[in-house]
Amino acid sequence: MALHALTLTELRRGLERGDFSSLDVTDALLERIEKYDGDLNAFITVTADKARRAARRADEQRAAGTAGALCGLPIVHKDIFCTRDVLTTCGSRMLENFVSPYDATVVERLETAGAVVLGKANMDEFAMGSSNETSYFGPVRNPWKLDCSPGGSSGGSAAAVAARLAPAATGTDTGGSIRQPAALTNTVGIKPTYGRVSRYGMIAFASSLDQAGVITRSAEDAALLLGIMAGFDERDSTSIDHPVPDYVLELDRSLDGLRIGIVRQHFDAGLDETCASRVRDALAALEARGATLTDVDLPSLDYCVPTYYVVAPAECSSNLSRFDGVRFGYRAEEPDDLLDMYCRSRGEGFGAEVKRRIMTGTYVLSAGYYDAYYLKAQKVRQLISEDFRRAFDSVDVIAGPTAPTPAFRIGEKVDDPITMYLNDIYTIGANLAGLPAMSVPCGMADGLPVGLHLVGPHWSEAMLLATAHQYGRESDWHEACPEAYR
Amino acid sequence: MASASPTERKSPLKTFGYPGVSLDKDQVQHIAMLARLKLADDEFAETVSKLSSIVEFVDQLSELDTDDVLPMAHPLNESQRLRPDAVTEPDDRDHVQQNAAAVADGLYLVPKVIE
Repeated sequence: MALHALTLTELRRGLERGDFSSLDVTDALLERIEKYDGDLNAFITVTADKARRAARRADEQRAAGTAGALCGLPIVHKDIFCTRDVLTTCGSRMLENFVSPYDATVVERLETAGAVVLGKANMDEFAMGSSNETSYFGPVRNPWKLDCSPGGSSGGSAAAVAARLAPAATGTDTGGSIRQPAALTNTVGIKPTYGRVSRYGMIAFASSLDQAGVITRSAEDAALLLGIMAGFDERDSTSIDHPVPDYVLELDRSLDGLRIGIVRQHFDAGLDETCASRVRDALAALEARGATLTDVDLPSLDYCVPTYYVVAPAECSSNLSRFDGVRFGYRAEEPDDLLDMYCRSRGEGFGAEVKRRIMTGTYVLSAGYYDAYYLKAQKVRQLISEDFRRAFDSVDVIAGPTAPTPAFRIGEKVDDPITMYLNDIYTIGANLAGLPAMSVPCGMADGLPVGLHLVGPHWSEAMLLATAHQYGRESDWHEACPEAYR
Repeated sequence: MASASPTERKSPLKTFGYPGVSLDKDQVQHIAMLARLKLADDEFAETVSKLSSIVEFVDQLSELDTDDVLPMAHPLNESQRLRPDAVTEPDDRDHVQQNAAAVADGLYLVPKVIE
């Protein structure tokens, strides 16, 4: 089999057996990136020389018997993670020339384990978007259909993995930014529990919601990477000290007796009919492997999206105040005075969607509106979290669709922010409640992928990964690859 | 405040678009100034209409009765961890300042603030 067709786990075995070297794999993938990324636009930066050096070093370490868990395995980082002495743009003109002086903890941990970084993936500007169209560096195209969006905000990560330009990529998820692109590109995406993975060096969007995770081609690969990324980091004040299980070992847990909750509202009119039937097929397959299906109610579900669009913009308006044209980032030419410098640097450096969210956040936090919007949203958020807590008294996992439709055309929703926001209607609840969640390929609708969404209680990543892995044994949807990229 | 039980409500997929609060030009101008954002003339009209639609959309939260609900401060109800106030980072000023638009003698330069 060609090297690009192998999963992370298969590459690991091949490297261990000496079937090929890390440099062989790295060269093969860099060649593919060169060949295909002109169309896809999945990368903002390709670090070819750095990658080859890292691959050679990995091959030496393997020969010397000092190989780490990911020795010589190629990955891609979403361009939201700071990478020392490499461009880190966050998809924005604001950071077009920003060369990070340090590595994010996620970057450091993966490299310490031996991973080889091929480059930095395109994304919606500051991770604000569900289609990758808000990127200053242009939209990413979906390998399944080039005039469609791969979803967002981790759209470059998802497209790179789906087109076999890399076996795995990091991503971040504030309202569905790992899971929705995974669903739209037939990849596996996991957003862990809030506080599970360090956010040190991960450019902040909404700090009570942001969490790092991965996009891969199998649950097994996601388990392998997450095991390295997860764990306490004193440099992130929101990191939580909680033991990290061996996710790979736990994959063999049986589905016997697993209680799966189904939310009726998930299958309401908003859901595409073909997507609904693929998800129902997946639920039947899980039942056939020993799981039981039960209805659960999430009464406040309809309020997830409006709650999110108060909380997330509020936090973003505060986080993005650091971009003032002084210490880093874009500065407008010849400002009249300090105020003019702030206003024009930010006005010219940020794109339209980012400005809208900063202004929404400024509005909901401003004097006279704070109680009506921000405080109100934090109360509704409590109701939403209580819904999940109650549901998890009677079930182990909640399953449903990841996104309301398969991939949509680039340009189709970009002019209507609310329609775009409703893309994340099934995924946002997990962020509001800090829960781990993942998307798993579960079939096709008119040639475009459909994702099965799994949400579990806090710290249940091992159970979610095992459920996805056992489902993957029952179905082979995750192995489907767009024809042009086989 | 009107209140309705959530189950009686239709999905926001269907209910979006009802008229409610909206923002006018002056309000948007004020918000832009608070946020230190200068909007180009050609983006201003669009910003007013899109911000209004977002505010209308999130305004449906006012339908819920939350009088007895505590606001959520942290997704896991944990409190913020503090570290000891100790010097932990090495001096990396020159490296860090390579990203600044204007520096001199280790200082960041900005337009004159005091006449």
